[in-house]
Amino acid sequence: MTNPATEPLKRTPLHALHLELGGKMTPFAGYHMALSYQGRGIIAEHNHTRQKASLFDVSHMGQARLRGDEAASVLETLVGADIQGLAAGKMRYTLLTNEAGGIIDDLIVTRMDDCLFLVVNAARKEADFAHISAHLKDRATELEVIGNRALLAIQGPMAAGVLAAHAPRAANLAFMSAAWMEVAGVHCLVSRSGYTGEDGFEISTPESQAERLARILLENSDGDLELAGLGARDSLRLEAGFCLYGADIDEATTPVEAALAWTVPKRRRIEGGFPGAAIINDQIANGVARKRVGIRPLGRAPARAHTEIRNKNGDPIGEITSGGFGPTLGGPLAMGYVKTEFAKKETPVDLIVRGKAHPAEVAAMPFVAHRYVK
Amino acid sequence: MTAIKYTNEHEWVRVEGEVCTVGVTDYAQQQLGDVVFVELPETGKRMNKGALAGTVESVKAASEIYAPVSGEISETNGALDDDPALVNSAAEGGGWFFKMTIAEPAQLDALMDRDAYDAYVAGL
Repeated sequence: MTNPATEPLKRTPLHALHLELGGKMTPFAGYHMALSYQGRGIIAEHNHTRQKASLFDVSHMGQARLRGDEAASVLETLVGADIQGLAAGKMRYTLLTNEAGGIIDDLIVTRMDDCLFLVVNAARKEADFAHISAHLKDRATELEVIGNRALLAIQGPMAAGVLAAHAPRAANLAFMSAAWMEVAGVHCLVSRSGYTGEDGFEISTPESQAERLARILLENSDGDLELAGLGARDSLRLEAGFCLYGADIDEATTPVEAALAWTVPKRRRIEGGFPGAAIINDQIANGVARKRVGIRPLGRAPARAHTEIRNKNGDPIGEITSGGFGPTLGGPLAMGYVKTEFAKKETPVDLIVRGKAHPAEVAAMPFVAHRYVK
Repeated sequence: MTAIKYTNEHEWVRVEGEVCTVGVTDYAQQQLGDVVFVELPETGKRMNKGALAGTVESVKAASEIYAPVSGEISETNGALDDDPALVNSAAEGGGWFFKMTIAEPAQLDALMDRDAYDAYVAGL
């Protein structure tokens, strides 16, 4: 384990570009990351993403390959998704679980011709890779951690147009699929995916080429593509109803509590064979005591993580796990866990912000409709 | 006579006779980022210098507002209810938070003038 207090912050390959373009840098998961950019700000960056397209540096995330003839069945011993049934070039959101059914991390698995390609959370990558490696002992499957590739996300309705100018094949990619292709002459793994609820792409590129590639994409977009920071990434994912690991999900929450049981398909429920499968199956069959839900404050005050949720009788029923302001929604929004009997949408609740009860209601997610390509 | 004083918490205090108007500086609004909500004290509330007077919420985080002197809240800026972004666009003007009486004028002496505040910010 590294100690975040003493470990020097790492830099992504786009560090100099962030500084040049006015990045307000902040420590995040052991990295210097841009929270937003001078003269623009989180709301402007958020809105630009929904209206045009934004470039996010997500190079801090962990990338790895799992190699071997049995890689898919071996990975299925660690996650609840159908990996063996994943067609070449297709990708899937899944969860690494522990023996108690808790979530070690959420990740994206892509089936390539020669490997399974994994993208995991920055703050969890060391733990994830150690956990996966420990399970590979005495197996002919190998985990190759990729330390020399950057990851750029282009998100928004104009993402396809912006990227296609440098990688014509990108426009033909289906949602949640990936392929190797040249982007402005650089060999990249391009997937049609993201974490904003918008159409978009993630581009895994050699770190030596990342800054040049980012500049080419930005400079030739006629202003359609702009950099956006972690602040906008957070408000976008919140509006899209997506979990932030460490806030909304962790090792003490199960996929069923987190409303992520959909990531475990029928075959995996029946066959089991992944950590915590029996507990997760039992929870699917018999229910759970608490559930992750969307919460909409009815006033204007945002409710942040750890805000207490009470029912209308004043009894504590749960806690906000992440919350803030949704620029597209035009108001505050949050997600959190409530006792299951209060998880129905439109259930009235109170949020205790600075000692005062603020009325809110349980809301359907996503807060802002996803706009993926069909 | 009008004088504008500044606090270490990046508030400006415009003194007009026995009443002062309080807001945050342009430096503070830049640090806060996009303001989406401001919680203000109730009119008539008496506060001691340094007491929690309100909260400014940006997209990312909440920050506290303190009473720069002791006194009674005489007026709050209702325009911030509908347009909290005034704190960003007009921090040292239309984005003011509240007005309060000055119970102990001597407390003003401990606040900074503009030159001292600019030097303070430059040293951060």
